[in-house]
Amino acid sequence: MKSVYKPAAILAVLVVVALGLLSTGRHVSAASEGKVTGSIKLEGTAPHMRAIDMSKDPTCAKQHSTPAHLENVVVGSGGGLANVVVYISQGLPASAAAAVPSKPIDWDQKGCMYQPHVAGMDVGQQLKVINSDPTTHNIHPMPQPGGGNIGWNKSQPQGSPPFTTSWKAEEVAIPVKCNIHPWMHGYMVVVKGPYGVSDESGSFSLDNVPPGTYTLTAWHETYGTQTQKVTVAAGKPATVNFTFKAK
Amino acid sequence: MHNRSTSLLLSAAVVFAFSAACWAQVTQYDEEQRMNMESHIGKLTGHATAGEPLYRRFCIGCHGPIGDGEGENAQWIDPKPRNFTLGIFKCRSTPTGTLPTDEDLFDTVGRGLVNSNMPRWFPLSDQNRADLVAYVKHFSPRFAKEKPGSVLQIPPEPPVTDERVKAGQEVFRHAECWKCHGVTGRANGPSADTLTDDLNRPIKPFNFHDGTRFKCGETDRDLYRIFMTGLDSTPMPSFADNLKPEEAWDLVMYLRSLQPMNTPEKAIAKKLGLKPISPNAAPAQSETK
Repeated sequence: MKSVYKPAAILAVLVVVALGLLSTGRHVSAASEGKVTGSIKLEGTAPHMRAIDMSKDPTCAKQHSTPAHLENVVVGSGGGLANVVVYISQGLPASAAAAVPSKPIDWDQKGCMYQPHVAGMDVGQQLKVINSDPTTHNIHPMPQPGGGNIGWNKSQPQGSPPFTTSWKAEEVAIPVKCNIHPWMHGYMVVVKGPYGVSDESGSFSLDNVPPGTYTLTAWHETYGTQTQKVTVAAGKPATVNFTFKAK
Repeated sequence: MHNRSTSLLLSAAVVFAFSAACWAQVTQYDEEQRMNMESHIGKLTGHATAGEPLYRRFCIGCHGPIGDGEGENAQWIDPKPRNFTLGIFKCRSTPTGTLPTDEDLFDTVGRGLVNSNMPRWFPLSDQNRADLVAYVKHFSPRFAKEKPGSVLQIPPEPPVTDERVKAGQEVFRHAECWKCHGVTGRANGPSADTLTDDLNRPIKPFNFHDGTRFKCGETDRDLYRIFMTGLDSTPMPSFADNLKPEEAWDLVMYLRSLQPMNTPEKAIAKKLGLKPISPNAAPAQSETK
């Protein structure tokens, strides 16, 4: 009788302890760390993004009922600028810079476009490359030669399983292209510490920022970089807004 | 008070001088270390110091005095000479994004690169070529910091059969080699005209009907290696993650049927009446003849 219950009892204790540890871990980080939120606007008229002619690959064209457009400047209806990566470029304590999120970044090839078009990621963070298309892509990131990252070029035929990789060094930004579909291009922005990428409303959010004073950098593929100072207090979101000017 | 600030200034100066001396020593050390670069090819050991005079005589015209591919002939030739300072090479037995082995570089020097200005350096002895490899490696800091990737294992080549040539065509279709190389391997696929290398210079895909040699060799194993490891710095990707060795050998056999010379594979393709794939047909349709 006793021997039947013993393993179950041990398991139950273990589960309780594990859950307890998990919840306290979460609790501590949430209370002591701050947050930076804000929004990014584009002032002026956004340049015209031309429609992409995918007729050379009908498997791509078929996936779009209306043609897809280039994504060099993506502006939402409210004037928010998407695909801006905001990160801490100065002042981050070494421990926070060294922390790497455990959640992988998905880099999907879908409709013969990169989704997302711009991805932020931490040095060493897992990057999962997915091909959702019924066609072959080659994924070809091209870091600055002679820097800390080394480029590669891998084919991913239709139906191939995703693969994971990561980058060794900070780099803003690594261009990525598919040689088979010349319109496909995107950027991987590799930083240390918290980062956020703006959506079509222009909003971004940097989580788990320890209290302190920092320099924030906002990077956009067409409009370059801007910096601002920010002071973050524990448990209180700081707000920073950036405005880029259309050329 | 006055005394104290002087001593502070003095100690700051000492610290500065010391760190400057250290830095100078480190860079000098690095340079010396790099000239100590060796290559190991079988029983041969090449030395960068011995390779230097050979390089200055035979290679400098195109690859340049600092190995950046900007020699005085470079402006007249296309494809451009390799920039050795980046440590990125087309012909490797190692995975994409990794350094080639010494043997890979040694073979490239001996073989030359077809369709380019890089000749075969057969007149040089094996020792000469090994020394040159060591000197070529000294240009890139990568060779001091990294090791070559693990060498691609190639299983023995299976016998050529009808089934394999046919299966190879299916690999050619599924992996979409034809998007660049064209449905008949004539370098006229839908993406062929838009290809650029990593420096955004136009580049052409290989035309299988054009000669018997490939960029990185001429044997079946060379062909297998080329598409499995990819040609870094060009649009040619690595297929190692997604082709099984069996499929890779099938593809080698199909590619052999496209070449201008008479190969057993070509005879089989003719016997089977193998038609070029129809690019946008569903897989089932392309198999009905």
